[in-house]
Amino acid sequence: MTTDSSNDAFTLRRRPAFERFLDIGFRQLTLALASVVALLLLGIFLTIAEGAHEAIATFGARFLVSSAWDPVNNQYGALVAIYGTMVSSLLALAIAVPLGVGTAIFITEDLIPTGLRSAIGLMVELLAAIPSVVLGLWAIFVMEPAIRPALQLLHRLLGWTPFFDTVPQGPGMAPAILILVVMILPIITAISRDALNQVPLELRQAAYGIGSTRWGAIFNIILPAAISAIVGGVMLSLGRAMGETMAVTMIIGNSLNFSFSLLAPGNTISAMLANQFGEASGIQVSALMYAALVLMVLTFAVNVLAQLLVRRLSLRY
Amino acid sequence: MSSSTIGPAQDDLFDRRPLSFDPGLKRNRSNRLLTGVAGLFAAIAILPLVLVIFHVLVQGGRLLTLGLFTELPPPPGLDGGGIGNAVLGTLVVTLVAALVAIPVGVGGGIYLSEYSMGGWFARFVRFGNDVLAGVPSIICGVFVYGAIVASRILFDRSYSALAGGLALAVLMLPTVIKTTDEGLKLVPRELRWGAYGVGASRFVTIVRITLPSAFTPIATGVVLAIARAAGETAPLIFTALFSPFWPESLLSPIATMSVLIFNFAIMPYEAQKALAWAASFVLVVMILIANLLARWFSSIAQR
Repeated sequence: MTTDSSNDAFTLRRRPAFERFLDIGFRQLTLALASVVALLLLGIFLTIAEGAHEAIATFGARFLVSSAWDPVNNQYGALVAIYGTMVSSLLALAIAVPLGVGTAIFITEDLIPTGLRSAIGLMVELLAAIPSVVLGLWAIFVMEPAIRPALQLLHRLLGWTPFFDTVPQGPGMAPAILILVVMILPIITAISRDALNQVPLELRQAAYGIGSTRWGAIFNIILPAAISAIVGGVMLSLGRAMGETMAVTMIIGNSLNFSFSLLAPGNTISAMLANQFGEASGIQVSALMYAALVLMVLTFAVNVLAQLLVRRLSLRY
Repeated sequence: MSSSTIGPAQDDLFDRRPLSFDPGLKRNRSNRLLTGVAGLFAAIAILPLVLVIFHVLVQGGRLLTLGLFTELPPPPGLDGGGIGNAVLGTLVVTLVAALVAIPVGVGGGIYLSEYSMGGWFARFVRFGNDVLAGVPSIICGVFVYGAIVASRILFDRSYSALAGGLALAVLMLPTVIKTTDEGLKLVPRELRWGAYGVGASRFVTIVRITLPSAFTPIATGVVLAIARAAGETAPLIFTALFSPFWPESLLSPIATMSVLIFNFAIMPYEAQKALAWAASFVLVVMILIANLLARWFSSIAQR
């Protein structure tokens, strides 16, 4: 305890035993409640590791590189889902980062009136509040039919590459990536906006003072000053994209066959969990737990990296 | 014209020169172009929100009747019916989550900001809290499935409303702890010293002085956490499961709006699809109202 001054103040009068008891008890209670976080993290990890234990013993590391998911013969490999998770989240990130950072610049850098700026900020924040399952519903019935002609055109133009060699017929990897973009855009925008707002005014004024244009200042001064927080936000949204479940599950097609094509149905770890967990039994549950463990380790690594980036590199100039 | 007004730099470097803006310069042209690009990006970012809200309001809004809230969903293939059990179920499950997460989260937040004094344990808990906030919601579902549903720890029952509520509580907890911690940090130290000065104990100071003055930021965070939990689906699919009937008890499977949307969206029947849109409408309106309420809350606090 470093609160010597306040403790001295207490000792000036004799404190009744009940008051002392209440003080100590309350402190211990809040300490116990704070450690719930640590216990939960440990509990999540142990529960999933315990559940996955059987599948790890049976399939070992082969699970990660095999694409056989065959409940009838009890052969399981999560390659399709792991590949789908990585591809969908990374491609979604590639689209969402320019859009999100661009929007953040648009609403922080005095390009438009204040009222419009806060209106756009509010709308992007509301987009973050819309439940994933509602976005999934919208994706199935509105977005996917609307973009199908564009995807078919893509297939006709680039069908000779392995990435577009299937005819798009409804759910697939491409619509799932687009809905992921919609889901992570608000996070990237919000974090980039906060980072850009924290860049000191003097830095901007100095840039304008030596005669640079608005975008010269943005690219050479403001973005470099805010870059570490933006990168941290991007990492956080990557973690979010990898774990995102409902919207992706509803639109990705849940295929168990491996395909490079972005126009074919795919799968992700979270979609597989959402679809199969309810009806699974026996070693299939264990295999799903193993997949969950893989997802957890992936998102854990990404999140810890994001935290470290935000903390270690935050705003140095 | 612009170049002629600027004289040779060497002899009148410190003279006043008229400033001029030439829109035709390459730098000014690219400046305009980039502004346009950023505006386009912002428009693209807002577009999905407008489209989603439009469709949910139109498709779901026209199904809004009183029966929607009082009737059960119809059996597959039949028309009519409502989502009464799912509305009630969402309220029940969210309430369970709030009743667990708010005391634990506020208590933990109090420890972090009032007692910990930045020791290693507090830094560890804050870090763990951030990591917990990043755990995918489906993982929380798998965890509660493994810990409560599969182990049948609750009076030997498996899927239950209580399990669903606990899964949502795990999701809410990091937000509540974080907002309590940050909210309490905003309270001026002089306020606490004043309370100590008139002889209040630590406990009394926190409960009667510090917590009330941080009420609005904490309440804002809690409202946002509840709104987010109410819309969550993934952790409920295999903890609360689903039930086509009215909720019986906390220990039996329960219907929720989000799982109803998920289940009914892929059914080949028109009535079920319509109910999925109606449930989306109710859910989105509830969540948007909660969000605007939270914003209004925090704008009051800043005045």
